[in-house]
Amino acid sequence: MLHLEAVFFKVLSEEMKKTLFDKVWDSHVVKHVEDGPDVLFIDRHLVHEVTSPVAFLGIKNRGISVLYPERTFATADHNTPTINQHLPVQDPLSANQLKALEENSKKYGISHWGLGHQKNGIVHVVGPEYGITQPGATIVCGDSHTSTHGAFGAIAFGIGTSEVEMVLASQCIMQPKPKKMRINVNGKLNFGVSPKDVALYIISRLTTSGATGYFVEYSGDVFRDMSMEGRMTVCNLSIEMGARGGMIAPDEKTFEYVKGREFTPKGAAWDKAMTYWKTLFTDKDAEFDKEIYFDASDIEPMITYGTNPGMGIGISKSIPKAEQVEGGVSTYKKSLGYMAFNEGEDMIGKPIDFVFIGSCTNGRIEDFRAFTSIIKGRKKAANVTAWLVPGSHQVEAAIKAEGLLDIIHEAGFELREPGCSACLAMNDDKVPAGKLAVSTSNRNFEGRQGPGSRTLLASPLVAAAAAVTGKVTDPRELMKEFA
Amino acid sequence: MAYDKFEILTSTAVPLPIENVDTDQIIPARFLKATERKGFGDNLFRDWRYNNDDSPKKDFVLNDNTYSGKILVGGRNFGSGSSREHAAWAVYDYGFRCVISSFFADIFKGNCLNIGVLPVQVSADFANKIFTEIEKNPQTKIEVNLPNQTVTILATGEKESFEINGYKKDNMLNGFDDIDYLVNVKKEIVEFAKNTPL
Ligand code: SF4
Repeated sequence: MLHLEAVFFKVLSEEMKKTLFDKVWDSHVVKHVEDGPDVLFIDRHLVHEVTSPVAFLGIKNRGISVLYPERTFATADHNTPTINQHLPVQDPLSANQLKALEENSKKYGISHWGLGHQKNGIVHVVGPEYGITQPGATIVCGDSHTSTHGAFGAIAFGIGTSEVEMVLASQCIMQPKPKKMRINVNGKLNFGVSPKDVALYIISRLTTSGATGYFVEYSGDVFRDMSMEGRMTVCNLSIEMGARGGMIAPDEKTFEYVKGREFTPKGAAWDKAMTYWKTLFTDKDAEFDKEIYFDASDIEPMITYGTNPGMGIGISKSIPKAEQVEGGVSTYKKSLGYMAFNEGEDMIGKPIDFVFIGSCTNGRIEDFRAFTSIIKGRKKAANVTAWLVPGSHQVEAAIKAEGLLDIIHEAGFELREPGCSACLAMNDDKVPAGKLAVSTSNRNFEGRQGPGSRTLLASPLVAAAAAVTGKVTDPRELMKEFA
Repeated sequence: MAYDKFEILTSTAVPLPIENVDTDQIIPARFLKATERKGFGDNLFRDWRYNNDDSPKKDFVLNDNTYSGKILVGGRNFGSGSSREHAAWAVYDYGFRCVISSFFADIFKGNCLNIGVLPVQVSADFANKIFTEIEKNPQTKIEVNLPNQTVTILATGEKESFEINGYKKDNMLNGFDDIDYLVNVKKEIVEFAKNTPL
């Protein structure tokens, strides 16, 4: 009897030591396949026009239907033009994908927020806006930055088209459970340092493969103090260090954000949900496979200089020499060759051609507030083409309601219509070959913003400073009056 | 979509010893506009393979007749970036059935397994040996043996084993995919869903 009790207590105490990730993952496992993956139940599935058509075709060819259409939400974003959205889409291939999404949604009874729909916007921006994104949920989408939704304490990650087909057919995917990593950033952020800088700093320290195989939890003062928008920016970029996703334990800020949105529970269902959501934190003494610590005071405004998001430095620093980087010297030199930069050069002062504010990384209202805080009372530099693209119609409306549009116009900029735009340059928003862009998006890969384009990833503050000076500029120089 | 079975593949290999090859290089976004899974091989490594006027870039390995085969050997952290399965489709459609690297990005690796391309992760040393042997003799054959989970450089007999979980291995050997499995356990899923409110 005594022995049994001991066993019971052992089980109990082990159960009590779960990470946030364990709690959400384990409660969604339908079954474990021996010597294989888990069958993971997906609460909410987001689809867009680019990675879904072949999946819809797949279920059609198999003669099966969508199992739970009310759990899938469709929006058009990757291909959509960001001007004249009321006119027919010019590119026939894009138009064809948009039409396929509309028809498939209709056929299977999926809510569809197509071009021109009031709720239309980038999939990872509209999900949280309408309360599709909730704490403790499992969320997938055929786009790697699905990790954004982890900001709410959800398990959210990008999947391939075969998996989109699985979710349509069965509301499940088959995934081995990833390892767990916790990244702690404690202390207070310096003046002019934003969530984007925190993420770029972490990626520069971990490299683009440093978290491959892991699911990350962000923890510490810096994330606790961060707005929901900032948390989304950080979780969004988890994939850029190779992680499957990143998440932050929900708190009062999270609940406040979620409350009252269209798809969040109401009344008694809300109370019940809150009871559950309040259990979503990592237990004391729960174990991670890897734990990493950074100090907030070490972070300054960041900028990238190479062709992957891990090639980032503090904006006041110079480009590292090849012998200072680990391994892959020839790849490193190839990368600098593509950027037409030299080892040891300063980033500050480099003339730039384009500025892009937008994407699911930095296309939310807070990002436009940051951008306008710098351009206010200044003028767009003559040598700069700027694309200001809100993440959704809701963001667009807020920009207008808060008076930011006037600031934008007075400074000589224009606001475009929502979409992914120059984040991946599938529409006409392409940076021409050889041109240098400061971009608030998430990837600086070769040609990501158009064939031959060169990208510097940075925060909205850094992008704003570049937009008004025409060159890479430390935003703190322009923010002195606030210091 | 079920695919061809994979057992033992013996082939020459195409070397691409570049690190962090991202899926935007494997297939640039502007070629993702199809609504069917067709013709992606033509645009595999599009911007490394062709000039702006669509003429082939002579120094890129896919344009070099010296190298051919059904195995692509890539540098470390192959397939990072976007989740686009189109990257794996392009690799498959071009004619590769296996990618060897010393490290793969997660989503790309999973996508490959889902469509019948075998990702084989080897040690950095072994990857270097393969690159060296191919450089010495582009006709060098590599044997990828799925049942035994080994990869062998036939010229030297050097061999290394690789990992794959039993379930995925079975799928590859039989040409099954996950949807076949999931449709079979639908009853359990429906039961589970009852307790999982939206
Ligand atoms: S903005 Fe960029 S990263 Fe975000 S969903 Fe669109 S294409 Fe993907």
